[in-house]
Amino acid sequence: MENLTIAEANQGLKDGKFTSVELTQAYLEKAKADDLNSYISVTEEMALEQAKTADSKGDFTTPLTGIPMNLKDLVCVKGTQTTAGSKILKGFKPAYTADFAERLLNTGAVLLGKTNTDEFAMGGSNETSAYGPVKNPWDKERVPGGSSGGPAASVAADQAVYAIGSDTGGSIRQPASFCSTVGLKVTYGRVPRHGVTAYASSFDTIGPITKTVEDAAMVLNTIAGKSDKDSTTPDVDVPDYTKALNKDIKGIKVGVPKEFFAEGVEEETKKIVEAGIETLKALGAEVKEVSLPLTKYAIPAYYILVKSEASTNMARYDGVKYGHTTDDAKELLEIYMKSRGEGFGDEVKRAIMLGTYTLSAGYFDAYYLKAAKVRNLIKQEYEKMFEEVDVLATPVSPFPAFKIGEKIDDPVAMYSADILTTPINLAGVPALSVPAGFTEAGLPVGMQLIAKQFAEETLLHVGYAFEQATDFHTKRPS
Amino acid sequence: MALSKEDVKKIATLARLELSEDELEKFSGQLSGILDYMESLNEVDTEGVEPISQVTGLENITFEDEVASCDYNEELIKQTPQDVQDNMIKVKSVF
Repeated sequence: MENLTIAEANQGLKDGKFTSVELTQAYLEKAKADDLNSYISVTEEMALEQAKTADSKGDFTTPLTGIPMNLKDLVCVKGTQTTAGSKILKGFKPAYTADFAERLLNTGAVLLGKTNTDEFAMGGSNETSAYGPVKNPWDKERVPGGSSGGPAASVAADQAVYAIGSDTGGSIRQPASFCSTVGLKVTYGRVPRHGVTAYASSFDTIGPITKTVEDAAMVLNTIAGKSDKDSTTPDVDVPDYTKALNKDIKGIKVGVPKEFFAEGVEEETKKIVEAGIETLKALGAEVKEVSLPLTKYAIPAYYILVKSEASTNMARYDGVKYGHTTDDAKELLEIYMKSRGEGFGDEVKRAIMLGTYTLSAGYFDAYYLKAAKVRNLIKQEYEKMFEEVDVLATPVSPFPAFKIGEKIDDPVAMYSADILTTPINLAGVPALSVPAGFTEAGLPVGMQLIAKQFAEETLLHVGYAFEQATDFHTKRPS
Repeated sequence: MALSKEDVKKIATLARLELSEDELEKFSGQLSGILDYMESLNEVDTEGVEPISQVTGLENITFEDEVASCDYNEELIKQTPQDVQDNMIKVKSVF
């Protein structure tokens, strides 16, 4: 039971090669032997119970039944510690389960545990986690990317069959790229956010991190769709995404935006992604160069808006309702000030202060309002682009995984690294990271495919064709 | 936009965040750097552009305003790190 995809594990269960309990035990062993710090908690008892239930029902027609996975530790699961990577939520056990997680559990999914994340998903390296950095399984001195570093590292290292992460500005795609897994950032609203600790509510999305594109389609089938618990989920039909998996991409129009290959993107990364685009061409896609001139304004617009939203979302952590409280308060104000001062890490403090500043009277117009206008322009730029092309193909990150500690004290350098992923969140469109190769030093590089809102099928179609024509996704770290 | 230590302290107080002297020093430098980086947005002409706060075009999602039971009141109360009295969370006095 090594390196199983969902499809393979499901076949094994159907054929009676192993039971869900055996499969779950095998993956629990790997999760418990975790030397990457990808798991914050392992939910062994719950997992075995769920596996027993799946075995006793014995019906594996829905592909996720009896398959062990993990959830980024931002996802509330009733009675299970949910830390959001923060000290302020250490020991916090939610009273309810996230709606999308309920969908997974109702289909018989087995929860192995909760995986590491940058604190409240604020970070791109998993180093802001209060539970320590995660190591990249391809090079343990390097970051796995973030904020879904735990989910991505755990899937790459086969500590789970698949995982669920969240993507606010690249937090699924960039770790997927750094760890050589598939990562799908869905259209805003495609998967309900209910029960997922909020970072920036108008940007946050939930999606799968898997070993293959087919697996991503299978997970999306279960978690996508309108929810009465999240009013920002539009009533858009959920197709059978596995039907989109088709090797023929003849005539598909692929745009290559030149700004995504500009200065700052490392040569090796460019070459690997350019070779990926050549593969698409060889498969019959029509490739042309296009331009998205507002790309360079994505980072400032994105960071103003998300830190503003984050500062209001973080207001609920008050040392009173739940989570950490100070033992050094004489009056109410001190409970707030000290509990928050003690409980939050640096990046969250920066976010709260930056957001408080950009939303404050006198600065609101110059920062927040300006950024909200630029967001509209970027959204329009993408809408226009998708009148011309079906997908865009770009790198995910300007460079492969960097060393632990390399950028952590330089917030501007850390934010700039998100240049190729944040425009997608501003436009609210979906994007997929697929393994596209390795650098000379053996570090993975992902290719990003981007499509118009609710065109996840197009991404899965092109991603699948690319994956079938290449073997990068079959390579695992040693 | 340079933020002084005093500016940062004022913002932190508004945000109910206690910071040490070292943190005030560190964050005033870092936040000033970040704000400088944001300035490039001024190059974009946004004359007549509507600001947006969401991207899928949804409007006025409503639901019936009906009384419904919450089946986890007790668990919610249990989550507080403060004392509980008569099903209410007891906090420190305001002064």
